[in-house]
Amino acid sequence: MVNAKINGIPVQVAEGTTVLEAALKVDVKIPKLCHNDDLEPWAACGICVVKNGTNPKMIRSCCTPLEEGMAIVTNDAELVQTRKTVIELILSTHPDDCLACPRNQECELQRLAAEFGIREQPFPKRLRDLPLDDSTGSLILNPEKCIRCGRCVKVCQEMQNVWAIEFLGRGEKTRIAPAADVKLGEGPCIKCGQCSAHCPVGAIYENDQTGPVWEALMKEGADAKTCVVQIAPAVRVALGEAFGLPPGTNLTKKIYTALRRLGFDMIFDTNFAADLTIMEEGTEFVRRFVDGGKSEGGPLPLITSCCPAWVDYLEKYYGDMIPNFSTAKSPQQMMGTMIKTYWAEKAKIDPAKIFSVSIMPCTAKKFENHRNDTMYASGFQDVDVSLTTRELARMIKQAGIDLLNLPDGESDSPLGPYSGAGVIFGATGGVMEAALRTAYNLITGEDLKDVNFTGVRGISGIKEASVHIKGTEVRVAVAHQMGNIAQVLDMVRKAKAEGKETPWHFIEVMACRGGCIGGGGQPYGATDEVRKQRIRGIYDDDEKSEYRCSHQNPLIKQVYAEFLEKPGSHKAHELLHTHYTARDLYLK
Amino acid sequence: MPVAQIEFSGELMDFIEEWKEKPGNLIMLLHRIQEEFGYIPREAAEKLSRIIGLPLAKIYGVITFYHFFKTTKPGKHRISICLGTACYLRGSQDLLDETQSILNIKGDEITDDGLFSIDAVRCLGCCGLAPVLMIDNEIYGKVVKEQLPEIIAKYRSN
Repeated sequence: MVNAKINGIPVQVAEGTTVLEAALKVDVKIPKLCHNDDLEPWAACGICVVKNGTNPKMIRSCCTPLEEGMAIVTNDAELVQTRKTVIELILSTHPDDCLACPRNQECELQRLAAEFGIREQPFPKRLRDLPLDDSTGSLILNPEKCIRCGRCVKVCQEMQNVWAIEFLGRGEKTRIAPAADVKLGEGPCIKCGQCSAHCPVGAIYENDQTGPVWEALMKEGADAKTCVVQIAPAVRVALGEAFGLPPGTNLTKKIYTALRRLGFDMIFDTNFAADLTIMEEGTEFVRRFVDGGKSEGGPLPLITSCCPAWVDYLEKYYGDMIPNFSTAKSPQQMMGTMIKTYWAEKAKIDPAKIFSVSIMPCTAKKFENHRNDTMYASGFQDVDVSLTTRELARMIKQAGIDLLNLPDGESDSPLGPYSGAGVIFGATGGVMEAALRTAYNLITGEDLKDVNFTGVRGISGIKEASVHIKGTEVRVAVAHQMGNIAQVLDMVRKAKAEGKETPWHFIEVMACRGGCIGGGGQPYGATDEVRKQRIRGIYDDDEKSEYRCSHQNPLIKQVYAEFLEKPGSHKAHELLHTHYTARDLYLK
Repeated sequence: MPVAQIEFSGELMDFIEEWKEKPGNLIMLLHRIQEEFGYIPREAAEKLSRIIGLPLAKIYGVITFYHFFKTTKPGKHRISICLGTACYLRGSQDLLDETQSILNIKGDEITDDGLFSIDAVRCLGCCGLAPVLMIDNEIYGKVVKEQLPEIIAKYRSN
């Protein structure tokens, strides 16, 4: 342990704790900008400077470990002036169009400028004339707003191991861009949106598609379409943060009401489609597992495919493993297909007259909804628009809906009611756990007494578990945060190359830290603490569910009986499964 | 690979092989590639990325950081004009402006006939001769701008 003082307040912390972290323990918040809890400090901005004792030298608290006997001063006239100058210098290359900025009121630079009472800009403006990049359709890169803090680069390279962006150039001309200045959509970008979730300003943000949704909702007369919406598992436990509620607050029923008040005609729940995914993917797994991955069922391990950023990554980085990829579509896409086929038929509505919207924690879902021909299984684009949680929050605010005081609502049958297994799709390990609950039933014909597979839960980057199903061992691995995937998949590759048995039978992958609850389209400010609370909210919902397993959901039974025949049927394959193509990292 | 393939000479491949596993090899390798092509073609950077298993983004981070590395094809004759302190004080900015005006090119451009490109460099190591310019590997010292048409003309014919 290290003993020191911060602003005269004694503090004791573990060795290696930074001055910035130690200060928080004694309720001293040192201003910071480039630093982010998900990333190793790299001292780019200089806002967090402090002094030690009477030494006039300024040190950066984000990357300086507290040492025995230090007497840290976080706040004197010179430090405040220095921070202010740093902010003024950053502002001198940053546009002033805050009112029309996607980060207005959610911008870390704006907040600092407010806190420091910046009233004048002493340095001449030197804005950069660099083009906007909207080539991915999911994310928009606006280099003009970039303050070059480097968070997005660190996130993309270190957390996600994607390497879509890098600092190009040097000095004043430094810019964040893909290699060789290709467009973001022409390079390795997987649209996970973690860059946008970590950017402190409006330099990278989600492609706002609320416009077409408003238009569809407002349309009247002959052109009007039936507006149908689905909400993803992870949205319900995070949306509240945009309205001042603590992370993890489950707002499912208030969101249903809000969506109805926004004007949607039918409210469905992606959790239902997650149950459907489990039926298909669970069946696929069992088929592969019982014959040891040798026959037409396909090879082992089976790898989950509900994360579109992960699909994109696999196609680009692990094209050789496509046969291991589950062909089951993601819940968003299963729901999209079911709405424009099964439900349209049932409700006697021409699918051409349905406008289908999904609310997702994810920016990559905007790319998934037109990824390949199977996303048009109904004969139309199955999901017309995918909005992120952040976009939904804006719509609710615009419409003057008092979310927190709304009466509870219900989703619509038959594509609404869900099991506990459906909701846990939103957290890392959830797809695996949901699949195991149903796989057990598919293999043994019995239901589990205890459906909780706690070994696959939690925030650690790679989780392994071994599950015994009537004497047979099923080895599973769960990885989240793209940078953790290589470790797992490279072991599978190695075993395959050496002709050895696969280390795992079933692997779940989610691109974002914590799974979808930590998605790139979620409210800003996710830390591990926030992620844990959101996960808690998800599992609470599971625990209080009447049905804990997908195959127990009576409406799932109904759609198979009425429409899909049985899991893995020819019809299910036509509508609910997809295929993959190995791709080059760079298109141009 | 949609990006056109590029051939590396045997010597270059041997060099890469020798340096492949060594830490901090990137700058050495880029130097050697630029020596072979006169610049670092995108295709060469991609090929290097595959051989040494380093993301293209990282390679471009380095290429664009150092002025020495070029991403566009230079002219047949590269005119380097020193803007280091000594040369600058002796008026090398005028030499640069005049050369640009004679050749009608700026920045990374090359002349229409492909013969010339201009690099503003920091020091050529012979400050005593300031202002200095270098064409290919030939140094010209104590240059005044009136000499430029004559110097450049020497290279027009070959």
